[in-house]
Formats: sequence, C-alpha cells, structure tokens
Amino acid sequence: MEIILVSLLNGLVYGMLLFMLASGLTLIFSMMGVLNFAHASIYMIGAYLAFEVSRWFGFLPALILAPILCGAIGAAIEIWGLRRVHHNGHIAELLFTFGLVFIVQRGVQMIWGMLPMPYRVPSYLDFPLFTLYGANFPAYRGFMLLISAGMLLAIWLLLKKTRVGLIIQAALTHPNMVSSLGHNVPMVFTGVFAGGCGLAGLAGVIGGNYLTTESSMADAMGPIVFVVVVFGGLGSLAGCFIASIIMGMIQTFAVVFDYTIADMFSPLFKVPEMDTLLGEILTVPMSRIGPLLPYALMILILLVRPRGLLGTRDT
Amino acid sequence: MSDAARSIPMATPRRAGSAMTWLWVLGLVLAIALPWCFYDFAKARHSGFMISMFSQAGMMIIFALSYNMLMGQAGLLSFCHAVFFGFGGYVVIHALTGASNGSFPIPMELMPLAGGLAGLILAIIFGYMATKQRATAFAMITLGIGELMATAALMFQHFFGGEGGITSDRMIDRSLFGLSYAQSIEVYYLIVFWTMVSVIGMYFLTQTPLGRMANACRDNFERAQFVGYDPKIVRFIQFALSGLFAGMGGALYAIAYEIVTFDSMAGPLSANALLMAYIGGTTVFGGPILGAVLITVLQSGVSLLSNSWLVYVGVLFITMVTFVPEGLAGIIMAHGPIRKAGKLGKLAVPYVRILVPGFILVLGFVALVELVSFQTIGAAQGKKLVLFGNPIDIASNIPWAVAIGGLIIGGIWLRFESIVFGRVWDEITAELKRAEART
Amino acid sequence: MSGQAVSLCDVRKNFGATEIIRGVTLNIAQGERHAIIGPNGAGKTTLFNLISGRFPITSGEIALNDTRIDTMPPHQINRMGLSRSFQITSIFHKLTVFENLRCGLLWSMGYRYSFWSPLWRQKALNEKAEFLMEDLNLASRANTPAGLLSYAEQRALEIGMTIAGGASVILLDEPTAGMSNTETDYAMDLIRRVTQGKTLLMVEHDMKVVFDLADTVTVLVYGQVIASGPPVTVRASRAVQEAYLGALEE
Ligand SMILES: Nc1ncnc2c1ncn2[C@@H]1O[C@H](COP(=O)(O)OP(=O)(O)O)[C@@H](O)[C@H]1O
Ligand SMILES: [Mg+2]
Repeated sequence: MEIILVSLLNGLVYGMLLFMLASGLTLIFSMMGVLNFAHASIYMIGAYLAFEVSRWFGFLPALILAPILCGAIGAAIEIWGLRRVHHNGHIAELLFTFGLVFIVQRGVQMIWGMLPMPYRVPSYLDFPLFTLYGANFPAYRGFMLLISAGMLLAIWLLLKKTRVGLIIQAALTHPNMVSSLGHNVPMVFTGVFAGGCGLAGLAGVIGGNYLTTESSMADAMGPIVFVVVVFGGLGSLAGCFIASIIMGMIQTFAVVFDYTIADMFSPLFKVPEMDTLLGEILTVPMSRIGPLLPYALMILILLVRPRGLLGTRDT
Repeated sequence: MSDAARSIPMATPRRAGSAMTWLWVLGLVLAIALPWCFYDFAKARHSGFMISMFSQAGMMIIFALSYNMLMGQAGLLSFCHAVFFGFGGYVVIHALTGASNGSFPIPMELMPLAGGLAGLILAIIFGYMATKQRATAFAMITLGIGELMATAALMFQHFFGGEGGITSDRMIDRSLFGLSYAQSIEVYYLIVFWTMVSVIGMYFLTQTPLGRMANACRDNFERAQFVGYDPKIVRFIQFALSGLFAGMGGALYAIAYEIVTFDSMAGPLSANALLMAYIGGTTVFGGPILGAVLITVLQSGVSLLSNSWLVYVGVLFITMVTFVPEGLAGIIMAHGPIRKAGKLGKLAVPYVRILVPGFILVLGFVALVELVSFQTIGAAQGKKLVLFGNPIDIASNIPWAVAIGGLIIGGIWLRFESIVFGRVWDEITAELKRAEART
Repeated sequence: MSGQAVSLCDVRKNFGATEIIRGVTLNIAQGERHAIIGPNGAGKTTLFNLISGRFPITSGEIALNDTRIDTMPPHQINRMGLSRSFQITSIFHKLTVFENLRCGLLWSMGYRYSFWSPLWRQKALNEKAEFLMEDLNLASRANTPAGLLSYAEQRALEIGMTIAGGASVILLDEPTAGMSNTETDYAMDLIRRVTQGKTLLMVEHDMKVVFDLADTVTVLVYGQVIASGPPVTVRASRAVQEAYLGALEE
C-alpha cells in the first residue's frame, strides 16, 4: 500500500515534468502544424544553461533566466529558421527541427564535454519534506510539483482570461481561422514557439538536477514527449495533461512492480523455464518492459483513434 | 474518341533518355573499377579502408533508395526504416551460422534474399499497422515501432544478442562459384551485384501501376480513391516492398561485418536514411544514391579526422532543407534545360564567384567548430589540434580570430554573391522560357 | 426504384448539429442528363460527396444501379461505375498530364496493384491515355506537371480523369466555373462528347448551359429538393422563381 502511494507521488512528479515539456509541444504542433523534433533539445539546453547560471548566480536566478534564454532561442529558431522553410510545407519544417537535434546534441558536447554535469539540487531544497511509511519524500520533488502546478495555473489563466489566450484557443482547433481573424499571425506563431521553448527550458531547469544533465538527455526524453502529445491528441491541452500523467505513472509503476509475464500466470500454472525467445519474453521483468509501454500504447491509440485521446482533429 | 484523333501518330512520352542510360552504365563501371584505383601494387593488396567504405556505400544506396520508396515516392515519413534493415541483418547472421552448421544450406550469393524476405515479412506485419494511417499519424506510429524494436533488440538475448549483438562467420564454404569470401574484395563484388539488382528492381517498381499510384496517393490520396484505388493498400504494398529492399541491404551489412548489433535497428540509422534520401534529393529516382554516397564518404572521411561529424551533418541538412529542398539531384536536374540550350557556360563565372566565399565560409565554420570542440572533448583526450595540416595552439587568439573572421567575411561575401548568382540564373531561365514560348 | 442509375431515398446529412441535406429523394434514370442547380451553400457539393462516398450519410439510402452504396468507401463506389469530378480541382499535381490520365485508367483496365507489369509495355493503356489527351486538347502538354497547367487546362484534365475509367455514371461538380465564354463552350462540347450514352449528374450555375444540356433539372435549396423536372417546367415553376431566383439576387 505505501509503495503505491509513494509511486503515485513520484509518478505525478514525473508526469508533471512531462506535461511541462509536452504542453509547449502540443501548442506548437496544434497551432503551427510543426512537429518540433528539437523540443527535447531545448529542454536539454535549458538544463545546461541552468547548470551554468546556477554555478555563477545560484539556483533561483537560473530558474528565471534559463527559461527566458530558451524562449529567446525558440524565437530565433522560429524567425530565422522555420519561417524561411514554411513555404516548403510542414515536412520541411519538421526536417528543419530534425536537423537542429543533431546540432544541439553535438554542440552541447562541444561546449560542455561528454561527461554528465554536476548540476545538483540546491542545498536549501535538499531535505526530506515528509516521511511516508518510512520512505522519505524529498523536498525538491515537492518543489517540482509546486512549479508545475504554478505553470498549469499560469497556462490556464493565460488561455481563459487574456485576449491572446482566446486567439490561441481558436487557433488550436481551427488553425486556418487565425489569419482570417486579422491578427498578426507571424507574431502569434513566434510567441507560441518561444513560449513553448520557454516551458521546455523550465522543464530542463527543474528536471536537469532531478534526473541527470548530460548530452543524452534529449534523446531519452524526445520520443516520450512525442508519445504524450500524440496520445493526448492534437489541439487538446487537457488530453496532453492526462497523457502526461498516464505516461508518468506507467513509467514509475513499471519500475516498482517488477513482475514478469510468467509471474502473472504463476497462480494459474507454473510456466516452465524455456531457453528460447519465448521463454525470454515471458521472463522479462516489468521494469525493463516499462520503457516500451508508452510506445505500445501510442501505436494502439493511433490505430483505433488517430486523433488521440481528446484530440479535436486528426493527427 | 474521334477518328481524327486516332490517326495522329503520337510519340510515347520520353522515358529515361539515352544520356541517363549511359550515366547508369558509367556508375556501374565506376563501382567495379574503383577498388583498383586504390590498389597497392607494391604490396599487392587492396586498401581495406576504401573497400570497406565502398561496401558501406553499396548497402547505404539500397537503404536510402528503399527509404525513398516511402518518402519521395509515396510521401510517407517513416522513422522505423532501420528496423527492416537491422532485422534483415540479424536473420542473415543466423542464416550464416545455420549455413555453416548445415541446418540452413543456402549459398552465400543468395543470402541477401533471406535478408530481404525477413525484411518483407516484418514490414508486412508493421506495415499492416502503420499504413492504416497517413501523414503525421503514420510518422508517429513508425516512431513508436522504431523505439519498440530497438528496445526489444536490447532486451532479448536469444535472437538479438542483447547489447553485444550477434556475430557469425561468413566463411560458410557454400558458394555458387566456389568463392570463399575470405577477402573483402569478394564481398565487395557481391555487394555491387546485389546493389545493382536492388537499384534496378526499385527503378522497375517506379514504372509499374503500383509505383505510379504511390506517387498519385502522395500528391492527392483523395483523388486516388476516386479513380478506384484504396490508398491504404497502395501504402501497404509499397511499405512492404521497401522493407524487402531494406532487408537486403541489412543482409549485405551482416555479410560484410559479420556482426549485427541493436544499432543497426535503432533510431539514428533510421534518421540516416532520411538524411541520405533528403540530401540526395527525394524527387529524382537517383537522388538518394547521391545522398548515400556523399554521406558515406563524408562519414568515413570526416569521422576519421574530426569527432564533430554530427554538427556538420546537421548544418548540411538544415542548409539543404532551407535553401535546396529538392536536394543535390534536384540542383543537377535544374541545370538540364540550361545545358540543352547550351547556356551552361554563362554560369561558370558566377559559380566560381559563389564557390570562393562559400569555401571561406565553410573553412571558417569548420575551424571554429574544431576549436570549440577541441577545448572540451579533444583536450580531454590529450590530443593536439591539427587543422588543415597545421598544428594549432588554441590558447592563442589568432586561430579564433581567423576562424570567426572567415565565417563572417565569407558569410557576408557569399550573401552578396548569391544575389548576383540568382540574378544570372533568373535571366537565363527567363530567356529559356521566352525561347520556349516562341516555338 | 428499379432500373434507375442512381437513386436517393430520404438522404440526410448532419455536420455537427446542423442538418445540411434535409431529406433528399431523387431518381436518375439510365442515360439521363441531370442538372442540379441551387444557390451557394444549398448543399449541392455535399450531395455529391454523399453519393460518391466521400462522406458517410446520416440517414437514408443511396443506390447505384439498384445496389446500396451508402456504406461503401469511395474507391469501391468508383469501381462500381460511378466517377466524379471536384468543384475545387483535384488532380495529381506533381505527375504529368499523361500520368494523371493514365492513373485514371489503371483500375478500370484491370491493373489493380500490379507491381510486376511495366507501364511502358502496356500498349493499350498508353494508347488510350494518349487518345484521351488528344480528346481533351491537352496533347501538347503531355509532359507538363499537372500543377503547372493553366486553370482551364486543369479543369479539362479534371474532367478527363473523371471520365477516363469509363464509368457509366458521371458526377460533375461545376465543371465550367471560372471559365471564360469560349472556354465554357469548349468544355460543354467536350462534356457532351465524352459522356455520350452515359448517365450524367451535374452541378451547374450557368443557366444557358443547364437548359441547353440537361434532360432534367433539380433545384436544391437549403438541402431540400424544391422542384425537379424538364428544364422548361422548372423554369416556369413559381416556387423556383421565388426561392431560387430570389436567392440569386440576394
Ligand atoms: N465538411 C463540412 N463540415 C461542415 N460543414 C460543411 C462541410 N462541407 C460543407 N459544409 C456546409 O454545408 C453547406 C453546403 O455546402 P456545399 O455543399 O458546399 O454547398 P454548394 O455546393 O451547394 O454551394 C455549407 O453551409 C457548408 O458550410
Ligand atoms: Mg459547391
């Protein structure tokens, strides 16, 4: 029982981190039609920048500065990159961001080296917040939850209470309507792209020291964020949120419940030990299958419902 | 249809002209002759590096072309193409083992068929799922499939050998021609043969009803439905066949290297297919061949000299996406009408004029990348930085200033020259148009 | 119902909450030339989309030569002998004119998904595509990518692809919209020629064309048929003059 509660909390933390990344990607994807492969790369840049800033000025300035810098990078990418390739179609835009992934990946290695960065949780957040059935819940995870909740609230307020929010909402479901509304579309696009990248940067700041800041972190996060966005559905932030939490939980619980398929059958009958591929499949522990589950889920949902969980239109 | 129309003799629209045919023959002759250009007559042996690079180019040609059956010809963006390549490779490694212990007695020369069959079967299974969708949903399903299979390859020891991969020995002593395949030149010619077969096969496919309808579904899948075709089935068959060829490429990989690891199934290789096809040009059949050769040569060459390979590829790719979406082959094809009109000479001077600043820009960029990269990675490895043959002291400001200067001056100059070039180009094409209108 | 080429029985279509087609019943006899007229937004294109299987219907029945087709996908309906053109030109933009027409012919000539028969060897197929091209006056543009054709040429190609497969029922959605007078004359001539002996269902705004070509005219207003009959009768109908001609003047 206690393990379930702790895992729920951890799953929530991870899920919220995913949402921070995925929400920006959903906004960008739904409004601009750009499947931004470089989104996780921005997240990685966020983490590295946060490390760099916190080394000189401390964690709190990093928390503010790094996302702003990432937003600026995003704006630059949109203005000088995507806008130029826009007339070649969405595939060209996607490929443009695809190329960025390589550059960022290697660029980060060039600047900071191949080794993981010693980017750590600040000491004033490095204590157990509370103890749950004997297990410590670190204060930093609480802090992450706080930040993500704040972000959730901010997005909600932005979308519901501001004029820009209304435009964005309209654009989410009917992207070709925006221009007819007479708004400055390029500005809105740049803003959304920058905002999304800023969120990714924020995720990098708080995720970089929760996980590890290294040059493979974008590769590790990239596909899963895509899964979340596609699973949640195009044009739906709510779907994106649900998908993030589901994926967070799956990943966390798969580690905790370290069963094998053979174990599941064990109450019914004893699975004989087999030295074959089948035997291997039956005895792979859940913790190793865990990383596969999101992809399997995504494929499943796309097969039966190509628009995703709460999507308003086809992917 | 009136009788008058019937009586007018009509030439069939021109298929590949004779110049093209000669180009293909030249390519084949080159492929056969190239290893001998690097033959060391003093020691009477082949250059291992070159043979290995050419072999790699051969399988990558198959791989990139089979990828373009999806991307260029059917408009499908796949992120799991390496899965079929890798699977073909794994199966052939097992087949080689089987061939030497007698349980799978087929000769070496036919091994690529086993790999192709493996790729085909797997592509039928995954294609059944993925091709139900198109566009982004298709791309995302393939992304999922790619991740699934790469992870599975790491997880299951029996078939995939886990992290270490599986190995075999290609000296199976079964050959139609009594060859032992102990030497890599023998393997190279096997690769040349199968590459040729695959290229011809894939070209043939573009000239069949299926190939044409794949183009049609790419352009307008809805219209395809209203001329009686089910785009899903077109996608499915096209996908399965592209898996067949990818599997053959993987088989050659297994034969050449005698080891297959999960890398040959994983995302980066799938991405490579995309890069090769796109940089070479997806709109022309031969484009991906150019891309495959270029990327392979660069990869083999540059990765020897520098570890910043990814940056160069990324920048090259982004440049292509931004400025030359039709790829290398597209650029070459654009010169066709100008050549026919005999006006190619007019472009010579403008070309030299953009190449000079372009060269400076590239040099500056490479120098800068290498300097930055050396500061962290190279220095950690305790190496000395050597740029363009000169040892460089990175502590001094001069190399940095030269690099940045080259980058900036080259950039500005190139921008200016490209405007000039654009003007000349537009002039010539406008002239051609006028000439065409007159006839 | 029997003997009709196309018959619609109380066909309805909703987009969300709005009912766009509100119970259309229509019978088109074999070999009839049937024009559908009506103000913009009446649902004419939508009706075509329903008949050709592009959208599923909400309720009702559609039959082609006495076979229910309202649950079939478009390609299957096409194979049963119904072909359509689009109001907004729908062709294969990157393929040449010749290739476009050849694509229109492939299925009907039994090639299916063949990946073993080289196109250049299919003499009958290529000749047919060439005759068609000649017929459409597009022969000089044979190797031009369809996307680069002029508007009128694209419309001609659109009609050509629609009739290429030899369907017995042809649906044309505003084939002459946006054409000059001479172009319209040419197009109508073409349509008359290529649809000889076929059942033709056509949306058309040009009244001259309608009364010239059609055996029967149906007036669709707000998703309902308000009149149907020979052109003279329909022209004289009070209801049509009030509803339709009034709407036109708006
Ligand atoms: N896919 C669709 N989704 C929602 N509404 C549609 C759709 N297609 C058509 N409509 C609506 O149906 C009505 C009829 O359109 P249409 O059939 O194109 O008219 P017509 O061809 O007679 O001018 C219009 O009000 C249009 O907005
Ligand atoms: Mg209409």
